[in-house]
Amino acid sequence: MSVVVYTESDKGKFKKNALEVASYAHKVAQELGGSVTAVTINADDDASLGNYGVSKVLKVSNSQLDTFNAKAYASVITQAVEAEGAKVVIISSSADTKFLAPILTAKLNAGYVPNVVSAPDSVSPFVVKRTAFSNKGFAHTEISAETKIIGVSNNSFGIHENSTSAAVEAFSPSLGDSDFSTNSVEVDKVVGKATIADADIVVSGGRGLKGPENWGMIEELAEVLGAATACSKPVSDLGWRSHGEHVGQTGKPVASNLYIAIGISGAIQHLAGVSASKTKVVINNDPEAPFFKAADYGIVGDAFEVVPELIEKLKEFKAQNA
Amino acid sequence: MKILVCISNVPDTTSKINFTEGDTKFDTNGVQFVINPNDEFGLTRAMWFKEKQGAAVHVATVGGAQTEPTIRKALAIGADEAIRINAEPTDGFFVARQLAEVVKNGGYDLVIAGRESIDYNGGMVPGILATLLDMNFVNTCIGLEVDGTSATAMREIDGGKEKISTSLPLVIGGQKGLVQESDLRIPNMRGIMMARKKALNVVEPVDAPKPTQDQKFEKPAAKGPVKLVDASNVAELVNLLHSEAKVI
Repeated sequence: MSVVVYTESDKGKFKKNALEVASYAHKVAQELGGSVTAVTINADDDASLGNYGVSKVLKVSNSQLDTFNAKAYASVITQAVEAEGAKVVIISSSADTKFLAPILTAKLNAGYVPNVVSAPDSVSPFVVKRTAFSNKGFAHTEISAETKIIGVSNNSFGIHENSTSAAVEAFSPSLGDSDFSTNSVEVDKVVGKATIADADIVVSGGRGLKGPENWGMIEELAEVLGAATACSKPVSDLGWRSHGEHVGQTGKPVASNLYIAIGISGAIQHLAGVSASKTKVVINNDPEAPFFKAADYGIVGDAFEVVPELIEKLKEFKAQNA
Repeated sequence: MKILVCISNVPDTTSKINFTEGDTKFDTNGVQFVINPNDEFGLTRAMWFKEKQGAAVHVATVGGAQTEPTIRKALAIGADEAIRINAEPTDGFFVARQLAEVVKNGGYDLVIAGRESIDYNGGMVPGILATLLDMNFVNTCIGLEVDGTSATAMREIDGGKEKISTSLPLVIGGQKGLVQESDLRIPNMRGIMMARKKALNVVEPVDAPKPTQDQKFEKPAAKGPVKLVDASNVAELVNLLHSEAKVI
């Protein structure tokens, strides 16, 4: 029996989360005694998925699908799952995938669990661990439906190499007008900069920075680290930074390897949203700031002195380790 | 235009989360319940459609009698009437099936729900609902305009935003951006008095399967103490991040 995984690509290149979900699918297939079939849409290097345990690729090439379209993509994946007779589907937690996931769930009449953080607790019954209460807790959720969809949290299971040889087959799903009733008109996306969803490192600023004119050093620190920039809720509410940068319970979740909070006191909603980050650093002049209780490393000090110094030291470190 | 706003009754964002009955249930003891923030942005946008475009706005929730104060709050903010489906919302597919019944019977043109509830975070109800009823769907919606039967929506994507063109009937998974935080309304006394007289219809659920079940909950493991680095020794932080945390 095959496990189907949807491996996302951007302009032909697989995203980091594609390799993570492929690795996850390999783990599930091992436990179920099956193999992994990946679905790719307009991707370039399909055979490379073999390095992550994928033994078959259903390759879709269709210029109508050059721009992401949730309904049409869900239709493609549904047809691939049906063609494979698969009962387990593995997907990521990107914004696009979370858009298509419920459509896919309804089409396959499946049980869907998003935000899964580790390999299944068991496959019979099928139980997975996921975050709940906006990262303030975890749930162990059983999927009793015959068809199961698992949404893997970013940067939770990790990328694991499992060398297999992937057989690439062309796959031509049938798509009709009704699949294209919701269409992209314009995409406004930062290019050449890490996004909060994909970044290994996120640098985040709070109200302690006093005003939007002081974000230069945050941007510079992010640039030195190859990091994405983020902000706290008050900062986005005040309009200092765009809403797209707001991280926390009602903003974006962060699951980076390193999260650096500068001038953020650490309200419970903020801490919940960033709790999935593996290492947290706080820089704040108030030693009583709640963030110090949630962080791994901290500096009590004036951000306007500490951050420029940190940028210098990181540049020296980079020069030595280049 | 007839709008249905789907409301989830959730713990306030400041709530501490605890579990009870052998970690099988969320402990509601001492917890304040509110309109799910993602839904409240949608409700406020719906009020704009009511005031500027003469839309009728109904709200619906799936939940027990304990959710009624939250529904009354939505009525006090300005919704015209409310429907409560009398069932525990323990599975997203089940909830979507219940709401689909309401939407089908009520002939709604636009359904506004939150992108996810901040308690169980399933994030699937609006998309499943749309697909069951063959309505269009836009998720993580941060802007919405309706002109006749055509709709233009802004969607938040990883690293930016996307403008989408679609048409009614439409389901939205909304969030902050549909309106700003400062646009949210606190019910006034007149609203609260009027809400008491508005219809809150209770309907029984239709039979529907629950494909997922939460078996057990747990809290995140307690964290060790923070390692403090002196502000005069920033190089030490770089060193720790490299050799101890191994993140740079």
